[in-house]
Amino acid sequence: MPIQLLQQAAAANEWLAITPELMLALLALLLLVLELVLPRQLHTLIPATAIVAQIVIALGLAFNFDSAFTGPGTAFNGLLRLTADGQFLRLFFLVCSIFVCLLGTVCLAKQRMPRVEFYHLVLIITAAMMLLAQSNHFVLFFVALETVTVGFYILVSYFRESPLSLEAGLKYLVMGALSSSILLFGIVLLYGAAGNQALPGGSPNSMNFDQLRIFLTDNPGNFLASAGIVLVLAGVAFKIGAVPFQIWIPDVYQGAPTPVTAFLAVASKAAGFAVLLILTQRVFAPYQGLVIPVLSVMAAATILFGNLAALTQHNVKRLIGLSGVSHAGYLMIGVIAAYHEPHAIGAIWFYLSAYLLASFAVFGVMAHVAGPNDADQELDHYADLARDQPFLAAVLAIGLGSLAGIPPLAGFMGKLLIFVSAFKAGLYPLLAVAIAGVVISIYYYFGWIKAAFFPAWRPTDAGLPQAAVPARTPVNLGVRIALTVLAVTSVLLGFYQGAFGQWILTR
Amino acid sequence: MPRGFSDFVMNFHFDPLLLAIATPLAVAVAIMLGLPKRHSIRLAYVGFGVPALIALWCWANFPADAGVKYAFFNRYSTGLDGLGITLALGLNGISMPLFVLAGLVGLAAGLYAIQSTAERLKIYLMLLLIMQAGLMGVFASVDVFFFYFFHELALIPTFIMVGIWGGRDRNYAAMKMTIYLTVGAMLSLIGLIAIYVKSGASGQTFDLIMLREALAADPIGVTTQKHIFGLLMFGFGILVSLWPFHTWAPLGYGAAPSSAAMLHAGVLKKFGLYGLIQIALPLLPEGAKHWAHLLALLALGNVLVVGLITIAQRDLKQMLGYSSVMHMGYAFLGIASFSVLGVGGVVLLMVAHGLSVALLFLLATSVQQRAQTLDMTQMGGLASKTPVLAAFFAAATLASIGLPGFANFWGELTIFVALWHYSAWMTVAAVAGVVISAVYGLRSVASVFFGPPTAALEEVTAAHPVTDLSWREKIPALILLTALLVVGFWPKSISTPLDSTLGASFRMLDAPRLSAGR
Repeated sequence: MPIQLLQQAAAANEWLAITPELMLALLALLLLVLELVLPRQLHTLIPATAIVAQIVIALGLAFNFDSAFTGPGTAFNGLLRLTADGQFLRLFFLVCSIFVCLLGTVCLAKQRMPRVEFYHLVLIITAAMMLLAQSNHFVLFFVALETVTVGFYILVSYFRESPLSLEAGLKYLVMGALSSSILLFGIVLLYGAAGNQALPGGSPNSMNFDQLRIFLTDNPGNFLASAGIVLVLAGVAFKIGAVPFQIWIPDVYQGAPTPVTAFLAVASKAAGFAVLLILTQRVFAPYQGLVIPVLSVMAAATILFGNLAALTQHNVKRLIGLSGVSHAGYLMIGVIAAYHEPHAIGAIWFYLSAYLLASFAVFGVMAHVAGPNDADQELDHYADLARDQPFLAAVLAIGLGSLAGIPPLAGFMGKLLIFVSAFKAGLYPLLAVAIAGVVISIYYYFGWIKAAFFPAWRPTDAGLPQAAVPARTPVNLGVRIALTVLAVTSVLLGFYQGAFGQWILTR
Repeated sequence: MPRGFSDFVMNFHFDPLLLAIATPLAVAVAIMLGLPKRHSIRLAYVGFGVPALIALWCWANFPADAGVKYAFFNRYSTGLDGLGITLALGLNGISMPLFVLAGLVGLAAGLYAIQSTAERLKIYLMLLLIMQAGLMGVFASVDVFFFYFFHELALIPTFIMVGIWGGRDRNYAAMKMTIYLTVGAMLSLIGLIAIYVKSGASGQTFDLIMLREALAADPIGVTTQKHIFGLLMFGFGILVSLWPFHTWAPLGYGAAPSSAAMLHAGVLKKFGLYGLIQIALPLLPEGAKHWAHLLALLALGNVLVVGLITIAQRDLKQMLGYSSVMHMGYAFLGIASFSVLGVGGVVLLMVAHGLSVALLFLLATSVQQRAQTLDMTQMGGLASKTPVLAAFFAAATLASIGLPGFANFWGELTIFVALWHYSAWMTVAAVAGVVISAVYGLRSVASVFFGPPTAALEEVTAAHPVTDLSWREKIPALILLTALLVVGFWPKSISTPLDSTLGASFRMLDAPRLSAGR
């Protein structure tokens, strides 16, 4: 951007529009400074600072939800578009980040690792995700996306003494680089096609989403643009873990530290869907005829693959990764339904919120059941959890039940809203696939609950080898409060949606 | 008008139905929060007692000429009014008898659980209380969404109870039940969503009253009705163990702990039939006509095929499980007969069967505790040591066969009369089922309580001297038996409000009224 534009932006107070992102970035820097300044024994205060500061930012954001900047206009010369959905997603990512930091305090305590950089990276990624969800221009889109991805490269291999974590990091790097290049190629094709001023609607500013949409409306069936759209969708499909770009998920989820797995599973997926909604509903809307079949095939394959692959897993991190793949599939049905049924977008936000609550409840329990070897979390380790730590078992049951979509939990409402939208949009075949998926998923979610609740058989003979179960971490007060909040909210949102329900219906 | 939460707090007034749902839930939450065991048990009496008392109060105060109107009606907003979802509670003539059934069986199951020696009794009671809240909610809901919602709320604890406190094969049984019932629930959910989406242009709603009005003015197209009714018939059918989707039931009931089996077989299973009667038949009459014949044929499978399988059982609880599957066949036949008379008979039979099967499961557990087995070939002659138990068991068995004087008789009789108008040969086949149930029923009584005791039983009774039913077991049994006899001798207490609602809400008014000539 030329310097005058920056000056204009400053004069128009547009920086205020991205206050939350700026505050997060400053907070991230502050953490590094604190590490240098504070004496070693006070370093435990750093994560606490991060969490408290983020709660303050989140509250500030919530109180300014109807900000003056949201509306039809754009900021920063068309780079950003602030919407009510964007405000919701900012809050969503902040909440994710708070819980990731909290899980970090539990998991990092079991490792001999530098601690502070972890929180620093989480904050940077969160800020980038917030920008990503509000981007209105392919340049900002790609820069924000890469900031997120590069941050994740480091976080996934954060436990550098664990070979599995390193392997996961490398896999994520290779697959991420591939998907980024596919995405970039798609962007270039679109830019090239829409930048051709000989065509109607062609514009030199064709990376701007609004310009691109004008071009796509004027040129239905442009081959270059179609190829570009498919490639961009492929790049985004990698982020959300949709088939056929899901193959990295089980390995990376298993190897990554548990808080990072949670971050990938919830925030990264939500960011992917935020982007997918912006692209498919706004920018690529004139090319519905192309987008809908591509997404439909992907959604059906994603649901079936995720659920069938999760059936045979014994490692809970792989299991939750693959079940997350199937959740991406259900959400994609919502994205397709949104073309005909505007409530579907609200349904997606509700589904993601329920998914956030349930996932962090489950990951919170996983963080306590896991031993020092973070990648080794088997279903067998949950034996007798209900007897030894009933609190964790109850949270686990609520989380898994909500993920499985069982009433009276929030996950059920999410699925119901998506299914109702899909029904209204007439997506009967996809609905049938989704129902089959839900039924299959009951088997492995219930199997997990079974492992934690039902009395386990153990060899009583002392001569037989006993299964080694890592020692469980006791739950400290802060985490206990957080897990209680997650579980109670999961139950409450299942039957009393209140103001949130009204917001998603009228947004 | 829907009322928000703050409204609700501000203008609080007595809502018996909400109280009946909230009390067990509140007690369950209190137990979950770590109440000591002694107080938990005291509070559990309240949790099971209040819904039962409210149910009886509603029964006594139910207006005789309610028609399609709901008594004790209240509506609360939960935030999704825009989507047509509100928590609407009320009772009509169809739901009131089942609400009473849920209250009474819940009380009996709760009392029986409190006196049981289950490990981790607190959690057991907590799960039962959640189930009880769900059951009260199912029959009090006027909103189709909450109707489904409360069903699942009651269903989930069942799986957990089977898995933790279950008997033989509990892991397999819990998994099989979960998967079968999830399939059934999902199919019916899609059917209910379909009704919601297709219910017309004037704003979609899950509210049953508005759905009825909207669909009476502007019915769903016949082809769509056929599709939706098919979904609901098989979805609800799986939940009610329609042949050949019944295999989860005997296995699950065989493994379930007694109170869970009482509540599930006695009350929760009626959800599917209730859904067909309250929702599917009035809203989708054309669809129902299309499927009625297939439904009747499958129901005959329940009566005859499962009936014969029941005769072959040796395990007492498995036999009860199969017999409950078999009796569901009569209920489906009543629905298939597609008349006010038949449907009314189904509701009567649901109440009667719920009471009698719950009583039988309770007594079977008492038998098991004394004989240390459920294998009927390993028993015999218990009557000489436990005459009271034997008398209760014989009475419950006769009730479930359909002896006049018990409530089951009226249900089966009205169904047979209605079925005769529908198909004579089916009636003959169905009446043959009564003979089958007499065979296995009387045979089980004979082999458990009469004749010489087997060598195996002698050994057991020598080691553990047998005592008769204690008062703590007798009271829940008496509650159920009394209700069976009251309805048996005074069926009008249920059939009058039932008749008023059915006659007003069903469009097939050609059939004779239920109370005629009684």
